[in-house]
Amino acid sequence: MSGAYTPGLTVTARKRHQVRRLLPIAGEVLVNVGDQVEARQVVAHTFMPGDITPLNLAKQLSMPPADVPECMLKKAGERVEPGEVLARTKGIFGRFRTEYKAQVAGTIESISSVTGQVIIRGAPLPVQVLAYLAGRVVDVVPREGCVIESGVSFIQGIFGIGGEAFGGLRLACEAHDQELTGARITPDMKDCIIVGGARVTHEALERARSVGVSAIVTGGIDDEDLEEFLGYPLGVAITGSERVGLTLVLTEGFGEIAMAERTFTLLASRQGADAAVNGTTQIRAGVMRPEVVIPWGREQAVDAREPGTTRGGLEFGAPVRVIRDPYFGLIGTVTDLPSEPQVLPSGSRARVLQVTFSTGDGVIIPRANVELIEG
Amino acid sequence: MTPADPTNIRVILATDCGSTTTKAILIQLVGRVYRQTHRGEAPTTVEAPFADVTLGVINAVTEVQELAGRRLVTSEGRLIRPATATEGCDIYISTSSAGGGLQMMVAGVVREMTAESAKRAALGAGAIVMDVIASNDKRRPHEQIQRIRELRPDIMLISGGVDGGTTTHVVQIAELIAPAKPKPRFGSEYTLPIIYAGNRDAAPLVQNVIKEGFALTVVDNLRPVLERENLGPARDAIHDLFLEHVMAHAPGYDKLMGWTDAPIMPTPGAVGNILQTIASRQGINVVGVDIGGATTDVFSVFDGTFNRTVSANLGMSYSIANVFAETGMANVLRWVPFEMDERELRNRVKNKMIRPTTIPQTLEALVFEQAVAREALRLAYVQHKAFATTLRGVQQQRTVGDTFSQETSGQTIIDNMKLDLLVGSGGVLSHAPRMHQTAMMLIDAFEPEGFTRLAKDSIFMMPHLGVLAQVHPQASLEVFERDCLIYLGTCVAPRGAGRTGRPCFRFSIRTGGREESGEMVYGDLRLVPLEEGETAVVTIDPERGVDCGEGPGKRVEREARGGTVGLILDARGRPLEIPAARDVGRKAVEQWVTALDLYPELALTLTRRS
Repeated sequence: MSGAYTPGLTVTARKRHQVRRLLPIAGEVLVNVGDQVEARQVVAHTFMPGDITPLNLAKQLSMPPADVPECMLKKAGERVEPGEVLARTKGIFGRFRTEYKAQVAGTIESISSVTGQVIIRGAPLPVQVLAYLAGRVVDVVPREGCVIESGVSFIQGIFGIGGEAFGGLRLACEAHDQELTGARITPDMKDCIIVGGARVTHEALERARSVGVSAIVTGGIDDEDLEEFLGYPLGVAITGSERVGLTLVLTEGFGEIAMAERTFTLLASRQGADAAVNGTTQIRAGVMRPEVVIPWGREQAVDAREPGTTRGGLEFGAPVRVIRDPYFGLIGTVTDLPSEPQVLPSGSRARVLQVTFSTGDGVIIPRANVELIEG
Repeated sequence: MTPADPTNIRVILATDCGSTTTKAILIQLVGRVYRQTHRGEAPTTVEAPFADVTLGVINAVTEVQELAGRRLVTSEGRLIRPATATEGCDIYISTSSAGGGLQMMVAGVVREMTAESAKRAALGAGAIVMDVIASNDKRRPHEQIQRIRELRPDIMLISGGVDGGTTTHVVQIAELIAPAKPKPRFGSEYTLPIIYAGNRDAAPLVQNVIKEGFALTVVDNLRPVLERENLGPARDAIHDLFLEHVMAHAPGYDKLMGWTDAPIMPTPGAVGNILQTIASRQGINVVGVDIGGATTDVFSVFDGTFNRTVSANLGMSYSIANVFAETGMANVLRWVPFEMDERELRNRVKNKMIRPTTIPQTLEALVFEQAVAREALRLAYVQHKAFATTLRGVQQQRTVGDTFSQETSGQTIIDNMKLDLLVGSGGVLSHAPRMHQTAMMLIDAFEPEGFTRLAKDSIFMMPHLGVLAQVHPQASLEVFERDCLIYLGTCVAPRGAGRTGRPCFRFSIRTGGREESGEMVYGDLRLVPLEEGETAVVTIDPERGVDCGEGPGKRVEREARGGTVGLILDARGRPLEIPAARDVGRKAVEQWVTALDLYPELALTLTRRS
């Protein structure tokens, strides 16, 4: 297949970026086209039907299910409060009556004479959608949400944990290949999105959590440290719902790996700016990668390709990153694209390319094992 | 869809729309038999920005067209039909697992009985079962409701109760599902289809509970009596709803359905079809496995009973980290004949998970990946054996003769000694650089016993042939026998255990003019050349307590068929155990790697090191 390479992750200083912010079910949109919104502003809200509590009254009151409807003191659609008598048996000659008091508040949804089951639905659950991207509303989807646009610096990570987070951007490392240790995290980083260089240690993660850091963006992590931090081994890369006290975005991957210099330089250049991050990663059909979005404010940003990046396909001179051992993490340019498949040291036949690194060394690598560096 | 007369069909075009790749094959009448002649593939185009599955189909077919030198698509992107001497095809068929395949949730009253039968029906129809809700699943009702609310199935299947039995429990299940209002995957416009296949007396009551917001279909009870399953009606309903509701909402499928000459089938359902057809035609027991990036499907037909399981989180890329989480690093490393740094390996595994399309470049990486595959396959087969059982909850009449028999209901029906054919497919098996590697991955993971023929479906053609079997069984079988499977050879492995180096069995092999005989001791593995098309008469004289199919210590004489690898004599014992001490285990694996010549380059390195 001609497309047998991995499309690269986008790292760009300036681009026009749009986000669609939609409710999971229909509700009310609180903004209009042209409005300027802040990242933490609620742009749409709604109420989800409340949780339901099933209650088997036939069992509770030791009576046949068919008798339950006539023993009910409340009918379907009526509200009930905790402690309120919900049903009362007829007893014997009007004596020895047993009653059942509601344990939860809600509205009675149904009463079954077949099973004796009563369903109580709790109060509606509020759902809010935040703007996430500070910018201008360019479209409103009636009853669902809106589209927000802004000029931003945009960095796509390879893997993350935790959901959306916000804060000012702070450098915790001075170089792209510096390890992010606990000593580099200070109390004044509370509520900030901090930028590391290479691997983040477990001690640094714990320190960041105790300080109240909003998010960490760094090059890599040891799988062992991630497991310890999460409290369980990660089986599949479907993340975003973790509640671990902070959001983590890795720009490169697992292991002792430095953040790409270009990514670090870009983040460093935006130090102090308000940013939004999302660690949500889904590596299945409908791929989602984590991201760091740093709006430029009202300043206009135009799409512009930076030197050392490409928006084309895999072609001569295209900058690429190797994404598998034995050259994992190295960056170079494509210097040959043989059309015929070649036999690899593993014995497999695959389509390959030649990558030349900054040292001048050229190596043959399967096309599937590089990703484009896209701007 | 007006199927052509089978006698007039000369050119057949078939596609399988997978999650990432759409594969097209061309089948033509060559002389008097049908042969698969060309294949092509292209990325699947279900998701944005394309959002139209037919684009990927046309791209894949265009590749076939170029290779075949036969025009199959018009410039407007339409398939040309019927075939002439130089262009077009007579029929077009397709399967699909795009967008994550068919995802279902099933419910039953008792987890081990009706809920399990419902799960079997859903899996057999080609679905991924997201969860099983049952009255006794140890979750409290509000937890079950929460789960129903969280998941977004394509279809739900409710079962429960035998016909004429109590109605209360199954209605109770329906009463939980209705207010939970599970959200379908394809947005708020979509009405969630629910199939009811439980106690027929409860059907009107269930209809009364499940009303608004659902499309309820009532079919015959899938467990009308405890002693018998009746899965056909539920499976048919799943297929119909898959087409009417699920496929119709997937981008471009309405168009694709208009093109096909037979209903589109879920990919695994089609694979099940062809395996059942083969097992019944040849009167054999078959196990098939398809190991993918995210999931591993295992299919089996034993004594005519078909079972399928999907191990949803055992795979070679997206789910590779889960294989480790389930089996542990030590179990993976026991298959590797050299030392590796564990910390680095953990990171490597995670890097493969987050960049799933990469391939091993070095031999070391390949050996490691094939070690992971052995564990993924082994775990998937363990799960399959636990699921493919006799019906649970069946009362058994016992006589005095059964006094000492411990057999109960719910025993696995998988018996490796009775297994005749083991078929592997999926990237790591199909694309292994050497066929020997594929054969050994299958043997190490499945541990076949007695005489077992090994094969691989090199280009994963079984789905195409499964759907073709419905339209043109003859063409389907001819292609299956001639082009679909690559026979690797036969594995001969007795059941029994003993100390390494002790005698296990004596053998004699007669083929053509040559005869070879010898003794195998425990721990031995030997490859005897036997080419594809060749057969040999193999006589095995097992030691006491060792069974090769006729009982412990009894002589067995069978005809074995050759293949691209040959005849593999395996005296490592069953169950297969690798010494736990790393040094001893590594030496044993190294010996097996050398005996089968699995990695010729590695053998040189290992020799130099020692």
